[in-house]
Amino acid sequence: MTTTATQHTIGDRVRVRRAFPPGHFRTPAYVRGRTGVIVTVIGTFPDPEELAYGRDGMPGRTLYRVRFNQTDLWTDYTGSRADTLDIDLYDHWLDQA
Amino acid sequence: MTAAESHRAGTFATKSGEPRRHHDVGGLAAGPVDTSTHDLDEWEKRTDALVYLLSARKAIRVDELRRAIESLGPAEYADATYYHRWLHALTRLLLEKGVLTVSGLANELARLNAHDRE
Repeated sequence: MTTTATQHTIGDRVRVRRAFPPGHFRTPAYVRGRTGVIVTVIGTFPDPEELAYGRDGMPGRTLYRVRFNQTDLWTDYTGSRADTLDIDLYDHWLDQA
Repeated sequence: MTAAESHRAGTFATKSGEPRRHHDVGGLAAGPVDTSTHDLDEWEKRTDALVYLLSARKAIRVDELRRAIESLGPAEYADATYYHRWLHALTRLLLEKGVLTVSGLANELARLNAHDRE
């Protein structure tokens, strides 16, 4: 399966796009605009934002697991500064940071 | 609400400040989690079976179901139970795909309502 977006590798710092498109997407508000690190390249899958409308989702999108520091996500986070959050995000939501 | 007040209420304010849709609830207060086990109603089991069968036959995809659930309005989304959301979404998708027609669904609902009153 081919994909057209920039490819990232484990250890890359990436920033989530501040996009708010119409339609279906699963990139939550709390990570948009924030910077994390690629921890896993999960694989390439049909684009769920197209599948949501009954289309075939081609070309495929690469799905990454991205790790954020919790203190980078929430204004008043009171847990350990070492706490992290892992979330799976597709390539078209990520820019090299 | 200040950051400290929102934290006491169980809500974490995002640093991103990005807009959220009503179904994007990460960081919002959710109250206590009910961990008690309970059996499902018959209609809930039927709804589950319908989604399973329609997915197995590739008539619907999970991404379509999720998109249809998100199309519920904010108040309706908040009030609906898990399987109410599925049922709303399933109905919408089957209407979109022409498996059901609006008039056919209305006629069947009217028939069932009349049956219930007998």
